[in-house]
Amino acid sequence: MSILIYTESENNEFKKSALEALSYGKALGEKMGENVTCLSINSNNFNSLKQHGADRIIDIQNQSLEKFIVKNYAEVIHQIVISESIKTIILSSSANSKYLGAYLSGKLESAYMSNVIELPSEINPFLVKRTCYTNKAFSTTEIKSEIKIISVSSNSFGIIENVTDPDIKKIDVEIKSSDLKIKKIDKQTGAVTIADADIVVSGGRGLKGPENWHLIEKLANLLGAATACSKPVSDLGWRPHSEHVGQTGKPVASNLYIAIGISGAIQHLAGINSSKVKVVINNDPEAPFFKAADYGIVGDAFEVVPELIQKLEARNNNN
Amino acid sequence: MNILVCISNVPDTTSKINFVENGTKFDKNGVQFVINPNDEFGLTKAVWMKESHNAAVTVLTVGDQSVEPTLRKCLAIGADKAIRIDCSSKDGFSVAKEISHFSQKENFDLIICGRESIDYNGGMVGGVIAGILDYNFITNCVDLDIKGTNALVSREIDGGIETLECNLPLVLGAQKGLVEESDLIIPNMRGIMMARQKPLETIEAQNFNAESINQGYHKPDAKKEVKLVKADEVDKLIDLLENEAKVI
Ligand SMILES: Cc1cc2nc3c(=O)[nH]c(=O)nc-3n(C[C@H](O)[C@H](O)[C@H](O)COP(=O)(O)OP(=O)(O)OC[C@H]3O[C@@H](n4cnc5c(N)ncnc54)[C@H](O)[C@@H]3O)c2cc1C
Repeated sequence: MSILIYTESENNEFKKSALEALSYGKALGEKMGENVTCLSINSNNFNSLKQHGADRIIDIQNQSLEKFIVKNYAEVIHQIVISESIKTIILSSSANSKYLGAYLSGKLESAYMSNVIELPSEINPFLVKRTCYTNKAFSTTEIKSEIKIISVSSNSFGIIENVTDPDIKKIDVEIKSSDLKIKKIDKQTGAVTIADADIVVSGGRGLKGPENWHLIEKLANLLGAATACSKPVSDLGWRPHSEHVGQTGKPVASNLYIAIGISGAIQHLAGINSSKVKVVINNDPEAPFFKAADYGIVGDAFEVVPELIQKLEARNNNN
Repeated sequence: MNILVCISNVPDTTSKINFVENGTKFDKNGVQFVINPNDEFGLTKAVWMKESHNAAVTVLTVGDQSVEPTLRKCLAIGADKAIRIDCSSKDGFSVAKEISHFSQKENFDLIICGRESIDYNGGMVGGVIAGILDYNFITNCVDLDIKGTNALVSREIDGGIETLECNLPLVLGAQKGLVEESDLIIPNMRGIMMARQKPLETIEAQNFNAESINQGYHKPDAKKEVKLVKADEVDKLIDLLENEAKVI
């Protein structure tokens, strides 16, 4: 038996989140005494899978899978689950993988666990730890169904190198045509996305207005970070909705989260709490964010941030 | 058009999260329950469609009697009819099975769920319903435009927006953007009075098996105190991030 990892790729490159799902799957396989099979769709460079523990790769090349249509992708996985007698499916926490996980759950009539942050503590019963109450708590949940579908939370397990020499098996799949069509994809090119980012630089109402966002962008740029904002900032139209993080916005699980001019309301913190290291810059020493942060500077963002930018530029030039 | 909005009854976003009975149960003491925010964006959109699309809007919850005030609120906001499938919800999967079973006979054109609930964060109910009923499914929706039997939907993806087109019936995962926060309807006196006259039906559950069971909950460990750096010593912060936290 084998564990199936859906390794998502984009522009012929496997995503970082896919390699994390693979690392998780490989470790789970060792625990369960099973090997891991990566499902690759329309990709032809498997190097990164070979560096992160793939035992087998199922290589599917199919025009009708060029765009991510959830039904079609679920159909492919369904066919593989049957032909390879798969019992465990590992997905990342990318938007598309979570979308797929939920749909697969209904199609395979099996449990889907999102936001899983650790290897199961036990295999029999199968006990996973996941976040719930929007990162304010964890639950230990037993998965009862025979087939188990798991989304690994971003940056929870890490990417582990493990060089392998996998078998590559090309297979054909049959896809029924779907009435669902993707008409348009608008994506910022080049910018780091919040979901993929190691570092997120986030601004709040303390920045006073959109005209000051060059500070956030400059700092993010120097750190290779994604930019984000608090809810009022997107409500006021200073920044796009896609940057709104928190309980009602996007979740952030980066290695480093830098909050500038953000008070640290409970709904904001809920969404960013699973970030590993949190830094706050705020001129009010009583701001609740200081209770949630690892590092903080009490000071005026308009003085501290330019200073920080200058020091980082100097550091980058020296390296 | 016939619309179903699935409602989850969740602790208000400001609630203190605690657990009782050895960490096996959520502590409801002093907690106010509300419509799951993602569901409320969907409900608001559905209520708008009563006018624009002559839609009939049914709200549904799988739960015990304690969820009824939340359903009444949905009626006050503008839903025409509320249904409670009577059982204590076990897991997202069994809830979705109950909803699918009910929906099979009703021929909804559109089934709206929230992208996820803010308590369990499973994010699965809509997907499972669509998977079981073999309906189209689109989640993280930020825009919806229905013409005849055709839906044009925008959804948030990592780093952008995708626009899709499909036929009804459709299961939709709602989130902010589908309507804005400022669009949410605060029930007025008339709405509240009318809600009392609207039907709130209780239906017997099929009691499908759960595919997962929560064994227990716990809260994160207490955090260490924040390390403060002086505003004129930002070098120190860079040093800490580089050499102590090792994140840059
Ligand atoms: C149902 C619900 C859901 C919500 N969901 C979310 C969510 O998902 N995400 C979210 O972010 N919020 C959410 N909120 C809103 C949340 O409660 C707060 O109102 C919001 O997070 C505050 O944003 P802010 O910190 O940018 O602004 P403010 O609270 O106004 O804070 C601004 C901060 O900037 C500081 N400041 C001012 N000037 C300077 C300066 N020159 N230099 C440095 N610091 C300065 C101030 O001291 C203050 O702490 C939600 C609220 C509700 C009711």
